[in-house]
Amino acid sequence: MSASTDITTPAALRRMRIDWTPYLMGAGIGVLSWIVFAVADDPLGVTTGLSAVAGFVAMPFTGAEAVWHNSYWAQTVPSLSYGSIFLLGVILGGFAAAVAARQFRIETVPATWRQRFGNSLSLRFAAAFVGGALEMYGARLAGGCASGHGLSGTLQLALSSWVFTILMFGTAILVGSALFGRAGGAR
Amino acid sequence: MTLPVTGPALLPLGIVFGFAFGWLLQRARLADTNVIVAQLRLRDYTLFKVMLTAIVVGGVGIFFLHADGLAAYHVKPANLLAVAVGAVLFGVGMALYGYCPGTGLTAIGTGSVHALIGAVGMIAGAIAFAFSFDWIKATLLPIAAFGPVRLPDLTGIPDLAWLAALAAAGFAALYLLDRQRV
Repeated sequence: MSASTDITTPAALRRMRIDWTPYLMGAGIGVLSWIVFAVADDPLGVTTGLSAVAGFVAMPFTGAEAVWHNSYWAQTVPSLSYGSIFLLGVILGGFAAAVAARQFRIETVPATWRQRFGNSLSLRFAAAFVGGALEMYGARLAGGCASGHGLSGTLQLALSSWVFTILMFGTAILVGSALFGRAGGAR
Repeated sequence: MTLPVTGPALLPLGIVFGFAFGWLLQRARLADTNVIVAQLRLRDYTLFKVMLTAIVVGGVGIFFLHADGLAAYHVKPANLLAVAVGAVLFGVGMALYGYCPGTGLTAIGTGSVHALIGAVGMIAGAIAFAFSFDWIKATLLPIAAFGPVRLPDLTGIPDLAWLAALAAAGFAALYLLDRQRV
């Protein structure tokens, strides 16, 4: 940041390199969606499969009867299905990519969070838990998440998905900016 | 092999497709919560770049696959009140968690412990939703419910025109934002 005095000169602008990585990976995800639509006849999504997994997790607490008689799990059946196996694949894919790039590391309190809220493990874990719960409840209420609506739904030009994605990012940007501040600190 | 694949043969493909998705998200730096939060603070546009490209590339491909009868649409119903309330809850949750569900799961694989805690929260949220589903179904879902409509059907503007406009406006905006911050 210190050597930022001359960055508006034409020479500096010419030196500006476009980082193509996010565009390439985005295109890869787009191509993956073709394959998944054609081969699995299913949109790329996460929270439907996770709801099925949640049915299994609930059973010891609520009893199996309560799960099998639940009207939501009657339509999103807890089973070893394509959607729940997909989630295991996502975790493994993240693991393999991180190991291959030597980027695997245990992270408990991330840098951006630490700068704003300090090093408390319990505070970060509490926020992650509450955030995850709110996110999932919202996703199921809306019928999809950032993958099911934000990606698979928007690319089909679905009205529901565009309403979801615009309102979701609008809210997340407002709350994220209020929580972390827009200016200052590391990126 | 006939498409789409159904039954038990689909299970190993779930691993393969999931693996590819997680791999791509990690390579795009989206398994890093700092990158997600930087997007929410409008300080780094990696997340929007990935999503926009995926939507445009995916959308054009699915349009032609669908036109040739090789892919079916899976359009979620526009229960607009539930979608709007869900989107706001999701947005608050995403700012606190620092991930969306897909990137959160990917981050578990990259060693993020708080991503795992958030995934436990997600399961708790799913259980809470299942047990409130009857109430939701009776109250929120029927309000402003327009069914599984698509923007081209609603407006008469063709699919590829929507995608072209989205690509032109989106990529131009991202390019100008990058230039601005050099």
